[in-house]
Amino acid sequence: MTELRTHAAEITEQFSDHVDVTEDEVESKLQQLVEEYQVPLDEATRSVRNSYLEEAGIERDDISGGGGNERVLVNEINQDEQWVDLRVKLVDLWDPRSDSISQVGLLGDESGTIKFVAFKTSELEQLAEGKRYELSNVVTDEYEGTYSVKLNRTTTITEIDEEIEVGDNSDTVEGALVDVQSGSGLIKRCPEDDCTRVLQNGRCAEHGEVDGEFDLRIKAVLDDGQTVQDVIFNREATEELTGIGLDEAKQLAKDALDTTVVADEMRADILGRYFTVTGPTLGRYVLANEFDQHDGSADAERVLIKARSI
Amino acid sequence: MSEADSTDGDVSREVAQRVFAAEFNDASYTFKESDDDRAPVYLLLPTGERANRIFVVGTLTETEDVGEDNEYWRGRIVDPTGTFFVYAGQYQPDAASALRELDPPAYVAVVGKPRTYETDEGGINVSVRPESITEVDAATRDQWVVETADRTLDRIDAFDAAGNEYARMAGDEYGDDVSKYTETVVEGLESLETTDELDGNVVADTGGDRSDATADDAEGDAVDTADPSPQP
Repeated sequence: MTELRTHAAEITEQFSDHVDVTEDEVESKLQQLVEEYQVPLDEATRSVRNSYLEEAGIERDDISGGGGNERVLVNEINQDEQWVDLRVKLVDLWDPRSDSISQVGLLGDESGTIKFVAFKTSELEQLAEGKRYELSNVVTDEYEGTYSVKLNRTTTITEIDEEIEVGDNSDTVEGALVDVQSGSGLIKRCPEDDCTRVLQNGRCAEHGEVDGEFDLRIKAVLDDGQTVQDVIFNREATEELTGIGLDEAKQLAKDALDTTVVADEMRADILGRYFTVTGPTLGRYVLANEFDQHDGSADAERVLIKARSI
Repeated sequence: MSEADSTDGDVSREVAQRVFAAEFNDASYTFKESDDDRAPVYLLLPTGERANRIFVVGTLTETEDVGEDNEYWRGRIVDPTGTFFVYAGQYQPDAASALRELDPPAYVAVVGKPRTYETDEGGINVSVRPESITEVDAATRDQWVVETADRTLDRIDAFDAAGNEYARMAGDEYGDDVSKYTETVVEGLESLETTDELDGNVVADTGGDRSDATADDAEGDAVDTADPSPQP
């Protein structure tokens, strides 16, 4: 089956209960967008799906994913509007901020946690904190790069007995370290309790001019040729990565009468090398709890076989 | 050109494409995707991808200050398939000082932006304006060769896919036959096997470096005769 045909089949199955639609019709619509108008397949699929939603006068939430969704880990969710199944523990319930929301909180599995929302109109049974569930037919949602899941009328909830260890949302990223950003090397942090903001020219954004405390960190970019990922190395990780400790960094800065020499020195050690970094995601950063510089032999044989198969 | 896309904290940093010198030097067509003055400029790669930034690891074989009033450094960086020309002046102080201080031959990693310029003969040449140049080891170079081979094959594989707009553009600009870049990939990977054998035969580290350098220099000279770039 061609890729187009696969997508056409999926769409047809989703809408067959709601509108009169055939696989051929869907495929020809997709084909027109992709081949005549050069629309990428993802976008074409989305567009065709939307046209049927409109035709049927239904909301996206009201159609099922066509059954047999993929069971995913919460940390694997990285696309908007996907129909997925989860096996999770209810970690936390929050107070709903809107009358339309029945329940809102945090679901977790071994990969980490994710926010969920259930709406009153979906008339679902209430979930209880600490209990474990199999949830099928939930929809992913994205807001400013953060993902959540929405329960809906078609979601089925099955309580399970097994315990689930909730993970810490660790991600593993790899690539060449292509940039060390400003604010790296020897920095000063605000000494106020619970602040720790990094000072800019001796000033804290919250507490004004303060006597900062020295710290080390590296903000860097890993690039694998397909995506870029910002990573942060804290003091321990920076020391391990560069072999430069806080005392040595202070001495380097003192000798040069300039703190930027520390970042320059570190840059020379790490820029252009390949790394694997594992740690929790915080905003756009992966915190480097563990990392590994690649220095082994690369797998030329595998790629050579790939070349010969083209 | 705009520095805006290389500053810290930009919303969407451009990915650094992996491309062998043989393919990079075949490219000549650049374009923008919006009318904004600060919009990124892309070099269209013959295998059908846009490149606003590239990442290269190779052997720096030669550096020369080709500036007149101000320092303007040119570096030749050789991979198994050809030579990248890198130019750094007063607006790339870190890269310029790296070129001033490095002692060729040396393995270097370069992050930089593709730049094109018209030759006196009316042809288009392509070079790299570096954001950073750092000295690295042979293992990093080997990994780059394998990774670049892998990424290049991915592009070749996707060349005929429906909706691959950059492949259609590349077909119009450079032609549809990308099979020669499969050859480039094989050439790159096979050179690695040869180098490994050389390394295996030499016990001392310095000896290994020397044999690498000799092989790379020979490659560089071969490219020289074919390369029409101006010698300012």
